[in-house]
Amino acid sequence: MARAVSDGVAGAIPDRTVRHRLGGEDLIRYALVAVFGVVLFLFVLYPLLQVLWRSLLGNDSAFVGLANYRRYFSTPAIAASIGNSLFVSLVSMVITVVLAFVYAYGLTRTLMRWRGLFRIVAMLPLFAPSLVQALAFIYVFGNNGIFTRTTGFNVGIYGPKGIVLAEVFYCFPHALLILVAALSATDARLYDAARTLGARPLKTFLTVTLPGVKFGLVSACFVVFTLVITDFGAPKAIGGKFSVMATEIYNQVSGQQNFTMGATVSVVLLIPAVLAFLVDRLVQRRQYALVTSSSRPLSPGRRPAADWSCFAYCALIAGAITGIYLAIAIYSLVVRWPYNFTPTLRHYRFDTVGGYTPLLNSVYVAALSALLGTVLTFVGAYVVEKCRTAWSGLLYFLSVLPVSIPGMVLGLAYIFTFNAPGSPLNLLYGTLSILIVSNVIHYFTVGFLTATTALRQMDAEFENVSASLGVPFYRTFWRVTVPMALPSIVAISMYFFLNAMVTLSAVVFLVAPGTELAAVAVLLMDDAGDAAQAAAMSVCIIAIGLAVRLGYWALMRRVSRRTQAWREPAAPATLQPETEVRAT
Amino acid sequence: MSDPTPRPAAVALEGIAKKFGLFVALRGITLSIAPGEFVCFLGPSGCGKTTLLRIIAGLERQNAGVVMMGGRDVSTLAPSQRNYGIVFQSYALFPNLSVARNVAYGLETRSVAKPEIERRVDELLALVGLAAHKHKYPAQLSGGEQQRIALARALAPSPALLLLDEPLSALDARVRQSLRHEIRALQRRLGVTTIMVTHDQEEALAMADRIVVMNHGVVEQVGAPVEVYMHPRSPFVARFVGQMNFLEATAGERSGWARLGDVLMRHGASEPIAAGTRLTLAIRPEEILVGPAAQGSENRLVTRIRAIQFLGPFTRLSLALPDGTPALECDVAAGAFAALGATEGSELALSLRAEALRVFPAAG
Repeated sequence: MARAVSDGVAGAIPDRTVRHRLGGEDLIRYALVAVFGVVLFLFVLYPLLQVLWRSLLGNDSAFVGLANYRRYFSTPAIAASIGNSLFVSLVSMVITVVLAFVYAYGLTRTLMRWRGLFRIVAMLPLFAPSLVQALAFIYVFGNNGIFTRTTGFNVGIYGPKGIVLAEVFYCFPHALLILVAALSATDARLYDAARTLGARPLKTFLTVTLPGVKFGLVSACFVVFTLVITDFGAPKAIGGKFSVMATEIYNQVSGQQNFTMGATVSVVLLIPAVLAFLVDRLVQRRQYALVTSSSRPLSPGRRPAADWSCFAYCALIAGAITGIYLAIAIYSLVVRWPYNFTPTLRHYRFDTVGGYTPLLNSVYVAALSALLGTVLTFVGAYVVEKCRTAWSGLLYFLSVLPVSIPGMVLGLAYIFTFNAPGSPLNLLYGTLSILIVSNVIHYFTVGFLTATTALRQMDAEFENVSASLGVPFYRTFWRVTVPMALPSIVAISMYFFLNAMVTLSAVVFLVAPGTELAAVAVLLMDDAGDAAQAAAMSVCIIAIGLAVRLGYWALMRRVSRRTQAWREPAAPATLQPETEVRAT
Repeated sequence: MSDPTPRPAAVALEGIAKKFGLFVALRGITLSIAPGEFVCFLGPSGCGKTTLLRIIAGLERQNAGVVMMGGRDVSTLAPSQRNYGIVFQSYALFPNLSVARNVAYGLETRSVAKPEIERRVDELLALVGLAAHKHKYPAQLSGGEQQRIALARALAPSPALLLLDEPLSALDARVRQSLRHEIRALQRRLGVTTIMVTHDQEEALAMADRIVVMNHGVVEQVGAPVEVYMHPRSPFVARFVGQMNFLEATAGERSGWARLGDVLMRHGASEPIAAGTRLTLAIRPEEILVGPAAQGSENRLVTRIRAIQFLGPFTRLSLALPDGTPALECDVAAGAFAALGATEGSELALSLRAEALRVFPAAG
């Protein structure tokens, strides 16, 4: 023992380790690290630095220091967007999380009827761009809304009220997924213990249920807050004169061509998004496993009062969600809502945006985003996890960074980067490729983290065993790693596809003549007063999303049937995709 | 490969040192392993035994030192260039490949013909007694069966060296026992040089030709199991391999004698020690003679039984010296103990055989 501290051997041992001679395999490894690093630098770090830099320049490209920021904070019309953004985000956050919590409680902790149906209906908003919710509220409560027309009472939906309403429904499934997961992960023995100690239901709820889901609640709050503060579609459609930061960026850039002010607002918008991301990660790191292998799942008993009140509550919410999509569908299928309800398909001609081109573009971009995004996130996660280099930490950081970059900011950053005169990167500008790239980066983090989780669940010695057998790592990657991670890979591609179909913020600055996308077309048609065609396009987006999701479900069933021969009975639960949980 | 003139060591380590930041894991390990030998690295967790194995495998890179295999310096070679098979505690079988494909994994990238691979796989599966499970997946097999498949996979390309990283630790006691014999028999049959890392001294004693006892990054002792057990070179080895009683004593005037309390004891050390030097005497519980066997022999001691633990084949007695200090543990065969008719609290005369009484410098 004494020898361990006293002999000073530590100083005599060289700091450098003996290097292995590099072989062909190592070259491939380093090449992968280099490629991944270049991709992240070029499409994440460099564009972000561009935004930061441009916020310090005047419109004549002269360095002006913080002058833009001073102007931002001293111009009341623009500065108001900060307070407005925080206000609607916080209000939407509280309402959404409370509503979703009760809904999730009903789904997981009661025996109310129609639980499966309620679960599916609540997921519907995932398939629609955020402005679709806003459009539906306009169709009902707007100046020409059916409610306003029939009752003559105008609730004043344009403004914060409408934004909050639309955001609550848009964010509802995101919060619900997290809370259902949190409420499902519990140990029935805790409830048995509470009962044997004589705790009443309220006390049990406060001392067992709530503490058990506190991390889920925190996570749901941050996700909703980030989603709302970075959302562009809903405030654009229903906000009226009420300006939030995301729409302010759009106004400055698209309306006034004031790119430097757009960059300034972008940098300010980055702050809450990055803060929310950092705090969430800190909180989640403190999370401990509530469910161990000896846990007993909670199987709720029949409580008629609770069951029926939860049923009534869930029916109300599910009804409202259904109502939104029903309104959109009907709006698109009648001659002129709310005056002439004769059925027609003429709004599906999309004559103002050139027919089906935007929809086909969207499907093409979504499919390629799914392909490229899946390959890049999975190989990237593999590179970071398995090819340990001095760069791994930095690559990991750059891979999780995109989740905190609001779509508008990313879009603007890409304008600065890819529309710079004389730059070879210009080739991408105005193509469908840049839309694919921006989708891949915008949704990069969730795909990357899903892949990382899948890789970490695999035995770390696979690569070592392969090396000892003289099998190159890429062969093991292909024969073992990829097949084992197949459920996660399919889930990642699904996530990229669905989000690429509905996103607006990341692409609104990047579409060009000939590369219009469906979600952008909805915005443009609504702006142009073609509300019915906007509704029809929304219906098409949702239908494609649902069809793909259905195909995914069928595919997953086949994948799991094919792989259940070798998968241990206990494993599949961990591989369920949780990728839809976080999206911004 | 086969060289009739003096064969170089299968593995030779020269001054292997490794540190992780400020923590020194290995302090210049030098060791030579003969072809065909079965060597165990034995030590408590954190002693550096696994790090040493991983350095031999090339999975960890040493800060200093040379690794030779069959006379060839492999220090700078990547794992895939070193020609060994390895088995991990977690089996690390590829779950999506059948048992046969797992065993064939290392053969498929070499230019081996399909029928030849097939033949080799069958041969190895027969060798580990799992030919019937050829088409199953790893998850459908028990832990012991999976570890045998991992063994077959490691041996399939006929490596010059087999590395076993705590291969039995994840298995339950009974399977562990039987797999010990199987691995040992297989190793003898194939004659493959084998290094096994374990923290289980019983496993090391039962399986190894030679044991390398490690602690805090240094080799405490290298020797055959009997040698390490009977003649431990340090109190650490004595305590880690088997049970050992330690008694504080001082060297007596006569060489070969020590004073334990007010009793003079003859001990096994032959080299002279200055009178009055503080010593530690050590004796294993099963080496203490009690009852009739202790009658009339030297080094007699009267003790009191503090506690009796029935452990099946033998009974362990916790004994206190006449002055009441707890001092000794003594194992008595169950039958012999019954014959003693002793109970807790009763007095027990015993004898510490001089040949069994080892001498170490005093602790501290």
